[in-house]
Formats: sequence, C-alpha cells, structure tokens
Amino acid sequence: MNKTDVLIIGAGPTGLFCAHQLGIIGLSCEIVDNLDKAGGQCIELYPDKPIYDIPAVPECTGEELTNNLLKQIKPFNVKFHLNERVEQIKKTESRWNVKTSGGKEFDVASIVIAGGVGSFEPRKFPVKECEKFEGNSLLYSIKDKSIFKDKTISIFGGGDSALDWAVELSNTSKVNLIHRRDGFSGAESSVQKVKELNDQGKLNLFTKYQIDSVSGDKNIESLKIKHDEGEIKEIKCDYVLGFFGLIMQLGPILDWGLNINKKTIEVNTENFETNINGIFAIGDICSYPGKLKLILSGFHEGALAARGCFKYAKPDEKLRFEFTTTSKAAQERLGIKK
Amino acid sequence: MVKITYHTHDNKTHTADVQKGLTVMEGAIQNDIPGIDADCGGGMACATCHVYVKEQWLDKLPAKEDGEEDMLDMAFEPKNNSRLSCQIIVSDELDGLEVNIPSKQG
Repeated sequence: MNKTDVLIIGAGPTGLFCAHQLGIIGLSCEIVDNLDKAGGQCIELYPDKPIYDIPAVPECTGEELTNNLLKQIKPFNVKFHLNERVEQIKKTESRWNVKTSGGKEFDVASIVIAGGVGSFEPRKFPVKECEKFEGNSLLYSIKDKSIFKDKTISIFGGGDSALDWAVELSNTSKVNLIHRRDGFSGAESSVQKVKELNDQGKLNLFTKYQIDSVSGDKNIESLKIKHDEGEIKEIKCDYVLGFFGLIMQLGPILDWGLNINKKTIEVNTENFETNINGIFAIGDICSYPGKLKLILSGFHEGALAARGCFKYAKPDEKLRFEFTTTSKAAQERLGIKK
Repeated sequence: MVKITYHTHDNKTHTADVQKGLTVMEGAIQNDIPGIDADCGGGMACATCHVYVKEQWLDKLPAKEDGEEDMLDMAFEPKNNSRLSCQIIVSDELDGLEVNIPSKQG
C-alpha cells in the first residue's frame, strides 16, 4: 500500500506542474501514468515539435518542456508509477483507496485527474473477429520476439514500428508487410531497407492492401487482405501484428460517477474540484465555461487544485498564501541552501 | 456562412452553417454533430476527426499537407477519399460539401 497525500493521474505537463505546486505547499504526491515515460501528449504526440506558447519560454519542444518540468519537481522526490492505469477508486471514510491495472494500491486524501484526453492505448484492427485472437496470435506490441522464430508473421502499418519490426523479424521469420498505400510515414532509410529485402525475396511487401478478415480456430491460421481495387488475397500466417499508433481512451474514469460531458470532466473554477469531493480534474480533461486546452491553462488549474487538496490532506491546518521568492518554508521544501 | 452536410454512421444527415475560415472539424464540434472526436484539437496529431469526402468534392479540397496522409495511416478504416476534417478549411468553393463520418474514430 502506497500512502501519500495526493495521487495524480497522468504525468503530462499539467500533472507534473501540479506535483510541483503540491510540493511547494508541503503536500506529498505520487503519479500514475499508462505510458512508459513522463510527458503525456507532449512526449507521445509531438516530442520534437516546438511549442511557442509557454509563458516566458519563447520556444521549446515537447521533450524539453517535459525534461524541464521533471527538473523543476526534482526536489520533491515524486514517485512515479509508469505503465499503470488507474482502474478503481473507493471512498474509505475520509480517504480514497485506489487500485491500478498492475495491482498497486494507494491510500490518499485526494485525487487529481490530469489525464489529458485519456490514456494511450494501441489502435486496433477494424475487423471484429480480430478480438478473438488478441493477445495470443494477434498483437499490438512485442514483448518477446523469440516466439516468432521460424513462423510466418503478417505486419500491418507504415510507421517506424511496422518497418523496424519487419526488418528485424525478417532475419528469423517469414514476414509479410502490409500497408494501405505506397508511401510510408517511417524513416526513409527503413523504407529503403524494406524495399531491398522485398526485392531480394527476404520479405513480402503488399501495398495498397488492408485487412479484410482473419480466420483460425484457437490461433490465426490465415488472413485475407483486400486491395484498393477490390482484389482479395489469402495469406497463411501464424501471427498478425498491427502497428497503427496509439489512441486516447478515457477508460475506467467513465465509471467513477463523475459528471462527464463530451469526454471531459466538469469542474468548478475555484479549485477545479469535480462533483465528487476530493477528486479534482485539471488540464485537457476538465471542462468549464471558457476552458482553453492550452498547457498554460493546465498549469493554472494545477496550482489551484493543489491548494484545494490541502484541506483533505491536512484538515486541521490552515494554508497561508506565500511566494517562493520570500517563503522560508517553500525554499526549504525546494532544498535551497542559503 | 457555408453549408456543410455531415452524414453520420446511423444514416442521419446533419446540415450545418459553418463560418468561413473554420475547419470542417470545428463545424462539426460547434454544431454537436456526433462521431468526430478531434482529440488533439486540430493539430493533425491524432486522426480522430477522420471523414470520407463525397467523391465529387475531392479535387475541390485544399491538397493534403505533409503529415496528413501519415496520420490517416492511423485512422479507423481509411479509404481513398479519407481526409482529416481539421485540415479542410471552409470557403465559398466548399458550399454544399458532403462528408461521411466513419462508424468510429479508433
């Protein structure tokens, strides 16, 4: 059991800065995120794209912003729980019991949802019968590549993951790479490599084809792919891999009894608390009249939500407003030596 | 104002007056037309505002920018007439544009 004052759901810029604001006012927190690293959309969607509207930072990339935020919260030794999705929350007297997908449990005074547009999950094949084989002979990520040795693998997608795995697995497996068009979004060098391997007969490249159906008993035995012009090909294979990037899903948050409107959580603008006492929502996931989905708005929301958390964590104490420039307590918490 | 018609997957037709300069995605959001999620808010970073454009309109649309086709690789059931509705800016030439919204966005 992890006991802390506040659990932050989501390690995007908003969640990270909220951790800073909690630290400044002397509250402890831990952060859960479904991705394998901090940064949220900034890292997953646009790590290299410059952002121009962070106050006092004329230009920085998603990755730089994340790294700077991590540096800013370093003094507070915030504990991260990555690759974990929060599944269940339960009120226990005046506190909350929280459970994650990986079986971790938290005992917290309040919860701050900084979940962006939801947790990132792999995009799946549109064909219904794919679900039957999911996790077995149909996969959206690779944990152990040795299972593919000497097997026939059909890989779908045109990005770096699809290309890199096609190249890598072609050494030990029979690989079909299937993509909906002639162009690829992956690195040009990988595209060239795939084309070379195709010319040498070391992998089979099918472009302008998409999945049509899969069949098999327990495991996939064959699949049909359909050309833009309607022609259908049947391919025998043991595994199907889909690399279509990630999509954001709200997931279990929908079942917590929060007021949800168009995939966002309604909050008040005094402290960004939701309709449930002790649960706050900040950043892209919250909505209120005038809401702007900007990172800077998320920072503001996080600062106020952090103060809203105070009365749940320390009901007998009074929070005083202080500046970091002059507050001895804040500077001590930041580890500043004078 | 420009008339844009959205056909949703349940075979319903929604015609909206959309202000020039807005995108087809924004027109759908402002008029509460279901089926366009636009998770990233129009940044060509998510492919959840995917639509199928009625054939006769395809060549009237602004050309795809780099990156739109890459994002469409991620879309749910992309076809030759697929576009990201956040990349279609509404103008007089598009008065009467019709798009179909796919059964899901992801």
